This record gives sequence, C-alpha cells and structure tokens, in this order.
Amino acid sequence: MNKFVKWGLPALTLGLLGWGWWLGLVWAPPDREMGDVQRIMYVHVPLQWMAMMAMFINFVAAVTYLLRQSWKTDALAEAAAEVGLLFGTLGMITGSIWGRPTWGVYWSWDPRLTSEAILLVAYTGYLVLRRFVEDPDKRAVWSAVVAIIGAVNLPIVWFSVRWWRSLHQTQSSPKTVDPQMVLPLRVAAFGMLGLMIVFLIHRYRIALSERNAEVALPEALPSDDPAQRASQSSKVA
Amino acid sequence: MRATRSVGLLTTTFVLLRKDLLIEWRTRARLNALIFFAMATLLLFSFALGPDTKLLERNAGGYLWLAILFASVLSLGESFRVETENACLDGVRLAPANARAIFLSKAVGNALLLLALGVVLVPVMVALYGVKIVTGFGDLAGILVLGCLALSAPGTVYAAISSNARARDVLLPLLLFPLVIPALLSAAKGTTLVLQGDPMHQLGSWQGLLLGFNLIYWGLGFVLFPRVIED
Amino acid sequence: MPPPPSGSALALHDVSKRYGRRWAVARLTYALPPGRSLLLTGHNGSGKTTLLRLIATALSPTAGRVEVLGRDAVEDRDAVRRDVALLSHASFLYEDLTAHQNLMVLARLLGVDAAQDVADTLLTRVGLTRRTDSPVRSFSAGMRKRLAIARLLMKSPALALLDEPFGELDPAGIHDMEGVIAELKAGGTTVVLATHLIEQGLSLCEERLHLQDGRAVAA
Repeated sequence: MNKFVKWGLPALTLGLLGWGWWLGLVWAPPDREMGDVQRIMYVHVPLQWMAMMAMFINFVAAVTYLLRQSWKTDALAEAAAEVGLLFGTLGMITGSIWGRPTWGVYWSWDPRLTSEAILLVAYTGYLVLRRFVEDPDKRAVWSAVVAIIGAVNLPIVWFSVRWWRSLHQTQSSPKTVDPQMVLPLRVAAFGMLGLMIVFLIHRYRIALSERNAEVALPEALPSDDPAQRASQSSKVA
Repeated sequence: MRATRSVGLLTTTFVLLRKDLLIEWRTRARLNALIFFAMATLLLFSFALGPDTKLLERNAGGYLWLAILFASVLSLGESFRVETENACLDGVRLAPANARAIFLSKAVGNALLLLALGVVLVPVMVALYGVKIVTGFGDLAGILVLGCLALSAPGTVYAAISSNARARDVLLPLLLFPLVIPALLSAAKGTTLVLQGDPMHQLGSWQGLLLGFNLIYWGLGFVLFPRVIED
Repeated sequence: MPPPPSGSALALHDVSKRYGRRWAVARLTYALPPGRSLLLTGHNGSGKTTLLRLIATALSPTAGRVEVLGRDAVEDRDAVRRDVALLSHASFLYEDLTAHQNLMVLARLLGVDAAQDVADTLLTRVGLTRRTDSPVRSFSAGMRKRLAIARLLMKSPALALLDEPFGELDPAGIHDMEGVIAELKAGGTTVVLATHLIEQGLSLCEERLHLQDGRAVAA
C-alpha cells in the first residue's frame, strides 16, 4: 500500500470531516424552521450519498465480473456492498434521529425511507448469500447476478421520492439552500468520500487476501512438466 | 445416429414446461397441500387481526397477495428441489436444452401454478373477508396474471441460486422478499382498487407499474440465467 | 509435444479444474487414438468423475482445452453436448415421472422421430418392459441404473462417458451392461469408462489412463 493511501488519505479525510463538521456546527447558520437540529444534515446527507455511491460501485463491479472473471472485481463487489450497507445503515440511523424532532417520529412509512430499508435488506441478503456459498467461483457468479438484479432497485429508490408523494423533503438543489449551508455540506461530503474510499480500500484488500487464501490462483498451478506426465499413461494392448 | 429434428428455443421451453406440469400433476397431493397452506394463511390473518370486519375488508387485497407470496416461496423452492434431486438439471442442460429455455419454462410454470392458486384463493377471500369485486373480473384477472408473472421471474432466478446454497429455505425468501416489494405493492393496491372501486382511475397506473416490473425482471432473468446454471 | 492426431474422439490439452484450493484435475494432456476406447482408473477422489464431467461439458475447465471430435468443449458447447452422453452417479431421472415419461422428456428435447417407439424399444433393451409405467421413485438402484442406460442410448452418442456403470448392479446386470458397452462400440461409439472393476474395464477398452490426484500416472 503506498504512503498516500496509508497515511495521507486518512489524514485528509479526518481534516475534511473535521473542517466540514466545524463549518456545519459552528459557522453555518441554524435552519430557519428546524433550528440547530438541522445540523445533523452535514452527517446524514453525506452518509446517504456515499452509501449510494458504494452500491453503485458494487453494481459496476458485479457487471464487470460477469463480463470478465477476476477475483479483483469480486473482492471489490464484496467490499463495496459491505461499506455501502454500513454507510446506508448509519445514514438511516442519523435520518431517524433527525426525524424524531422534525416529524415527531423516528420512522415514517414515507416512500424514500421505505425503499431505503428495502434496499438495505436486499444488500443484507446479498452478503448472506456470499456467506452461504462455499465454492468461490459459484459464489462470485451468483452474487454478481444478485447484485445486478438488486441494483435495479436503486433507481426505484432514488426516484421514488418523485413517483409517490411524501412528507420527506425533495432533494434540495444547492440553489434553493443558503450558500452558508452548501459549503459545509460539500466539505463534509468530500470528507465522507475519503472515508468511504479508505474503508473500501482496506476491505477490498482483506477480501482479495481471502480469495487468494480460498483458491490457489492460476499462478499456483502444479508446475511439473505435463508432457512427461501424459506420456506415462500406459497403453493396454 | 438416430433421426432427429432440430429443436428451437420455444419448442424446448414447451417440452420442459410440459414436463414440469406433468410432475405437478403426478404429485398433486403436494399441490393441494400448497393450496391449503395458502388458505390457512388467509384464515390466520383474520385471527391475527381480530373480528374487525371493516379492517379485513379494507386490507383483503394485501392479505391475498401475502398468501400468494408465501406460497410462491414454497413452490419455487420445490420446483428446483425436483431438479436437484438426481441432478436432473444437469441431465436437462446436457441433453442439450438451452439454459434460457429452462428459465422460461420454470418461470412460466411457476406463474401458472401461482395463477391457479390465485384463482382458488379469490373466492375464499371473498367469502372470508366479505369483499365484493366492484370494477369487474377482467381487472382482477389482469392484476392476478401480472402479479403472478412478476413474482415468478425473479423468483425463478433466485430459487435456482439458493437451491445450491446452504440454508436454501431461509435464503430464498431473504433474497426474494425485498426484491418483489414493488410488485407486491402494486398487485395489492390494484386488487384493493378492484375490490373497493376505482373512482380516481388509478388502476391503470398500478397495472403499468406491474407491467414494467415484469419487463425488467423477465428480461434480466432471460439474460442472466445461463450464468446461474452453467459452470 | 506433438499435436494430437486428427480424428481423435477426445483430446485434452493441459486441462485443469479447480475446486476452491484443490486441483481436481491438474494439467492433464492426453489424446485418445481414433477408434479406441478409454479406461479411466484411479482411487476415489482421483479426479475421474471431474474429468468425465469436464468432457461432458457439465463443468468448464479452469485452464486448458477439452476437444471432443475435434470441437472445443467450451466454444462449441451445444454441438459437443449433442454428441456426448454421460452416465453419472446421479441418474438424471425425475423421481415422480415414470420410466417411459423420463425417456420421452429427453426424446422431445432431442427432437427424436417416432419417440414413443424408440422409448419402448430402449426400455425393452434394458429389461424394464414390465415397469415402464411405474414412477422412478419405486425403482431399486439397479433399475435406476438400467433406466439411466436407456436414457444414454436415447442420445445414440458418438462419445459415451460411463462413470462407474457397474456400480449397484447384480451379476446379471453387470453382464447386461458389458453387452451394452460392446454394442455401443460395435455401433461406432467411442467409450470412456471409469470403473473400479479393472478386469471388466480392461476387457472392454484398448487404452488406459490412470489418475492420481488429478494427474495421469503409470498404473
């Protein structure tokens, strides 16, 4: 692992998160209606964005695996699904903490929340499937198929807020938000991106080592001379 | 060599479908058990919710589809257990039968089975929950057909996968339930509209959603299934 | 290494198959001379079954190439499948269908003409005339083996792969099976036979390949 990935990226991540959250907690003005409670947005929204991105990476890795088998894409798919599930779960928890004072409930059956819960269950199923199949080749193919089918749920999640009416606020574009809220959100989002990449890299390396331990890689093919072996097969008259 | 004709995708699908239906017919005791299981589910909903007839009436569509969904997990699992018993799936694909024909035959077979189940369950639901079919039988039939097709296409892919995994009985619902929620939602909503009247003309959009869901997952299954069952 | 002679029914080019960390078949290169049949020997777990499944295209090799009648088993899979039939440990039989129905499913998949008659003939050939309409569930292991043989004959394969064909058969059954194999060979089918009964195997096959840990070794 090169030095930047090992030390620079985590440091940058911590710096960005620290800066972004300082901006969010101290520098940005409180929300006109929600007050200080709204400041959880600087954690919640970046978490959700990064969960989406991780699951998109999982989808791309799964498609890539089916097109060209490689333990690298399989390991990346596994890493991305786990990191996505972690970020998504944290996003959901921060969301309900935000929801309690704002809507008066921790959980509402609003379409976007509901679809996100469905998505998280789907990815849990994906990870359970990975645990339940021993053969690494079969596991890689089947989980890639499940990832692709499950990823079709992603657009449904993302656009469901438009498809059904709900009490969840529609995604705000930066134009409608106070610029003093945009900056901390952006900084925190980049910090969270760094955090996701750090997690992803570490989890990917673990997954790849696991694959290497599970399978003798093609380089490890028995190396004796095959021609010699074949000529030994005896003839029976 | 024996005299043979070349066999196309549709013929293969039809041959395999016929084989599956024949097995269903010869093991109809199993099929009956499935029907009674689904009926018991409908009955249990009314016990779980108490004797509030208004509530039962309002949610009848949802209960119908939950009963079909639970039964579908059993029938999907069973349809691949038959194939794994003596490695029959290997026998079929080495015959050779196109993997896509195997997908189509299994998915259509499961859809037909669920449809038959639905046809039996509807009168039971009408009797148990005291609902009326307001907008017409055609609408209900449309929802039933689309809903059963929507459960069976992704269900076939996932049943093929989980039939080879450990803990397959847990894995199949875990994979399938979150996936088919949009289908379940629209089928239940559509059925409710059929039972309660559709003054806002929403039925069409729910049917449209089901149709889209079907197109996506029948397409995906058709494309991906060979990768699932071929080495 | 010289290329395998043309016209060979079966050629293995540096074929390997991996299950997890284990190489079930490791760097196997072999060409079966034309017109000869092959006896596969080796202990349990030596890779015989995996090799047969690779040739039958039930599995694809992790590395290397399998050629059946000059065609690549991966590239040209469907054509190879039409020419090859596998008699495996698993019978490929539907328990809930009758003997006759099981054969009819395969006949229809193959597009066999006059399938009913062919099925009846084959059932007579393997001595199951009296049980044609009983479900396979009621069959003994030996009867299943006989029906599986009928299923194999239905394909009239150019290359027949027989994995322990004598297992679960009584002496009369073993004798019948030898007759079937001899008949297959007389009809021009190349036979690859994996068995523990080396006596029987040697009398039926001209070539022998002994496997140990997935590799070819001297017997």
